[in-house]
Amino acid sequence: MDSLHDLGGRQGFGRVNYPDQPHAETWEPVVRALSACALRNHVYNMDEFRHAIERMAPRHYVTAPYYERHLTAVATLLVEKGLVTQEELAALAGGAFPLAAPIGPGRLPAVPQSFGIGETVRVKNEYVPGHVRMPGYIRGKTGVVVGISPPYPFPDAAGHGMQAPMEPTYDVRFRSRDLWPDSCDDTMNHVGVFQSYLEKV
Amino acid sequence: MADHATSSVSSPEQRTAAIEMVLRRSGALTEGFVEDFTEHADDAWVTSNGARMVARAWTDSAFRARMLSDGTTAAREMGFDFPEHHRHLVVLENTPGIHNVIVCTLCSCTAYTIIGAAPGWYKDLDYRARVVRESRTVLREMGLDLPASTEIRVWDTTADTRYMVLPLQPPATEGWSVDKLAAIVTQAAMIGASRLYDVKG
Repeated sequence: MDSLHDLGGRQGFGRVNYPDQPHAETWEPVVRALSACALRNHVYNMDEFRHAIERMAPRHYVTAPYYERHLTAVATLLVEKGLVTQEELAALAGGAFPLAAPIGPGRLPAVPQSFGIGETVRVKNEYVPGHVRMPGYIRGKTGVVVGISPPYPFPDAAGHGMQAPMEPTYDVRFRSRDLWPDSCDDTMNHVGVFQSYLEKV
Repeated sequence: MADHATSSVSSPEQRTAAIEMVLRRSGALTEGFVEDFTEHADDAWVTSNGARMVARAWTDSAFRARMLSDGTTAAREMGFDFPEHHRHLVVLENTPGIHNVIVCTLCSCTAYTIIGAAPGWYKDLDYRARVVRESRTVLREMGLDLPASTEIRVWDTTADTRYMVLPLQPPATEGWSVDKLAAIVTQAAMIGASRLYDVKG
């Protein structure tokens, strides 16, 4: 989905706050551990977790601290998996408990076709309503395969709790000038792209 | 969906406690898990893991070759491990003419068991939005002013391949022991946000 989490190449952002300033938030490590607990107990998988973050209201997403996005995703999935209701969560928390927007349908992978190192490929011009790991800035763009990684469950299915066939991903090299003509620094941009997102040129 | 902007929204601490209660009630969360997980994460998933790999690569050419051809096996060889969803570690070699830098524009993916938990600036919206499109400018703002002749390669962690940068060894450190070398390797250098220029003999 084309939500605000897909940040690559968006303009108007400011200087990176580097290096980190120390801060103490005692609830943050707890959220990290609770999310790991739910993941290990197969309450949800990584792609469902990522998609729950993506489904947060854009205004909430951009203003929430990092681990508030995580806790919102965990709570959303606990409700969707039937472990608790939103009303009960609010009662337990002693106030409103904002959740991410409801989930829509996922999709299955494309008919498998493999690509080789050095092959020129195009990212399909697809607009996926659900979970997808293709950043918008490479949609429809052409690049060259420079690496191949082992198969992994197709995220557009896994993120919706569907049976997810495994498929390889490819490190694809693009030129920044092809991605953002006339408005970028000149670099080589590499993106990890699932096989189903690619087509032959 | 509840409006998070209202004053009735519970605090992150309260929401975290509510999630903890639900997971405990379901049987997924056992006594001591949060403490044990946090201790393990803080002790085992540290920057010194990657730093030791880098230092060894600088001093052992056979290991360097293995690390560049298969980072996952090289990391395991040194006793480091990966979560299930990190299928592949790709090590990116900096040279005098090539500088690699890592990002996750869609969320915050990192090889955290190898280079340590992602720093706050890496997870910030500003870094995620800008470093793919204005890498040279962003790195300069962060204190790394690369020569115009240096090719910048940006790697977006959008699939389940994880990346780490193998920095250039500072010339002043030739002949140092592996332990002494490992101590100078920073997390920012393994992300590609800095080089180790300033290290003196």
